[in-house]
Amino acid sequence: MESKSRRTFLKETAGAALGLSCGGSVLTAACTSGEDSHGGGPVESQWAMVIDMEKSQDPAVREACYEACIQAHNIPRIEDPEERIRWIWDEEYQDVFPDQVHDQLPDDVKHAPVMVLCNHCMNPPCVRVCPTQATWKREEDGIVMMDMHRCIGCRYCMAACPYGSRSFNWRDPRPLIDKDAQGNVASDFPTRTRGVVEKCNFCAERLREGLQPACVEAANQVPGGEGALMFGNLADPGSEVNQVLSSQRTITRRVALGTGPNVFYIV
Amino acid sequence: MLEAAFRGGKRYWILLGVWGSLILVGLWAWGQQFTQGLTVTGMSQDVTWGIYIAQFTFLVGVAASAVMVVLPYYLHSYKDFGRMVILGEGLAIAAVIMCMLFIFVDMGQPTRVTNVLLHPTLNSMMFWDMLALGGYLALNAVIGMVTFDAEAKEGPPPGWIKPIIILSIPWAVSIHTVTAFLYSGLEARSFWMTAILAPRFLASAFSSGPSLLIILALILRRFTKFDPGEKAIRSLALIVAYAMVVNVFFVGVEFFTAIYSDMPHHTHAFEYLYMGLHGHDALVPWMWTGAALTVTCVTLLLIPKIRNNLNVLGFICAGVIAAIWIEKGVGMVVTGFVPNPLGRITDYSPTGVEIGVTVGVYAIGFMLLTLIYKIVVNVRERMLAA
Repeated sequence: MESKSRRTFLKETAGAALGLSCGGSVLTAACTSGEDSHGGGPVESQWAMVIDMEKSQDPAVREACYEACIQAHNIPRIEDPEERIRWIWDEEYQDVFPDQVHDQLPDDVKHAPVMVLCNHCMNPPCVRVCPTQATWKREEDGIVMMDMHRCIGCRYCMAACPYGSRSFNWRDPRPLIDKDAQGNVASDFPTRTRGVVEKCNFCAERLREGLQPACVEAANQVPGGEGALMFGNLADPGSEVNQVLSSQRTITRRVALGTGPNVFYIV
Repeated sequence: MLEAAFRGGKRYWILLGVWGSLILVGLWAWGQQFTQGLTVTGMSQDVTWGIYIAQFTFLVGVAASAVMVVLPYYLHSYKDFGRMVILGEGLAIAAVIMCMLFIFVDMGQPTRVTNVLLHPTLNSMMFWDMLALGGYLALNAVIGMVTFDAEAKEGPPPGWIKPIIILSIPWAVSIHTVTAFLYSGLEARSFWMTAILAPRFLASAFSSGPSLLIILALILRRFTKFDPGEKAIRSLALIVAYAMVVNVFFVGVEFFTAIYSDMPHHTHAFEYLYMGLHGHDALVPWMWTGAALTVTCVTLLLIPKIRNNLNVLGFICAGVIAAIWIEKGVGMVVTGFVPNPLGRITDYSPTGVEIGVTVGVYAIGFMLLTLIYKIVVNVRERMLAA
């Protein structure tokens, strides 16, 4: 469970970090343009996640994360993999880190499950290609956002994403969302219409309330799952993610592409 | 002049009837898609673009190829293309409209199409493609109407049209370049991310487009009194021959880079196309058919005696069109999604609804083309009679 001070801390990190590193809004633009997506240089404000691959091997931990996400965002349950909507899910190690795999790796390593989600890249290709700015990188905290009302459903972002992190609503998702006896969906998060693309939003709606992302909170509640997922701001030197990133061996997906993922994995 | 479109013989009305009924089929299919969503197509989370975007890509090439008659005629005063130019411009107009329709039918939220203009996004190639195509349509419509109107009145075209014609030449190159940039700028898709994609697109466009124009010219020669000219047709055939050879060379260059470097990311797509990857071989028969057609057509085109024989040229041109259609309309787009970023291979084949919509869009294009050519032929026949 979150302590009160922790919540307040999370809530204010983004704004504070922006002010600290850039000294006010006038300089924000200059700061942004000076930022190097290939690493190095101070980050203005960027939410990031660290996934502990060892701790997330427990299926109960991963399942709790996925369920929490489905409930928090009213994600439809679609069995057909060709149409399934996925925000956070399992993939095999060899497919998540194709550049790290060699023939001598034991099978259990190759096929180990890894949790994947949108990387909220420093240099997101999906944002670059979107013809309507329906997806954009939010300046104040680096989240790659989606505007479901502006999206025209051209799926160019899905062609551009090197991580397969985006899903298109091929059909009306609403009949396939979990509902209670009264027919109400699980959360206030707006349901989507068919014909638009969606993906993980790092729980922007929960961060606004000072809460951690649903998956992070859920993992922490599973015995043995504490710390399987860590979340914090890269601009805050004291954040848990920064401490882990500066002290442990972590990797990101497909570094050579220069997208600058903000989901890190402890190997 | 336009009234000619409303008068015609039995054959003309039968032709329009055929296009009309195919358009109805397309409308019905699109209605299904509009009410149920793109779930009625064969596309999936892994293969997010299919036959629509592939036809779009193929037809941008057909549209761009008008430059192959415009450039020699206006820049080099190649007078033999005098009666061919308007046919090229008419084809470009019909092709661009089909391109726009193929983008439209591919959209998940077609009613929001204006968002592209309401929120202009300079960093998106799709925005630039929309501008390039819209501009090209306007250029060809204006140039075609003004020059043809002058010709019908047997006077010279107004002077102000000349700079617009000159502008249309680089503009034609730009539409296919920007279309290639849609693909070649994506680091996620190594099959598309090749600098030679735009040159390749242009080379294949300059072989398939003029081939179609030759077939249309041969049809007009056969069924109307209007003859675009034997010499013009032969010159076009030479252009097709050159462009096809250049296209084969570009494809070969791609093959070399992939196969010699032997990098899995680069070889996988070619394996998928020509041999099948992990048992997925849906495109293999298509690609080998395309390869056989390409080799046959290039060989025949390189022999002057055969190339200049108008009795066989039409068949060779049909072969060229089929080969390029397979290359762009079948293989190019889908293979970019194989394997997907997570190493998965998902097969794609269009559904009946998708094929219905595709046929409908082509029928709209060909109906438009029939109307434009009817007007052109009528005026020309009248001038011949006078």
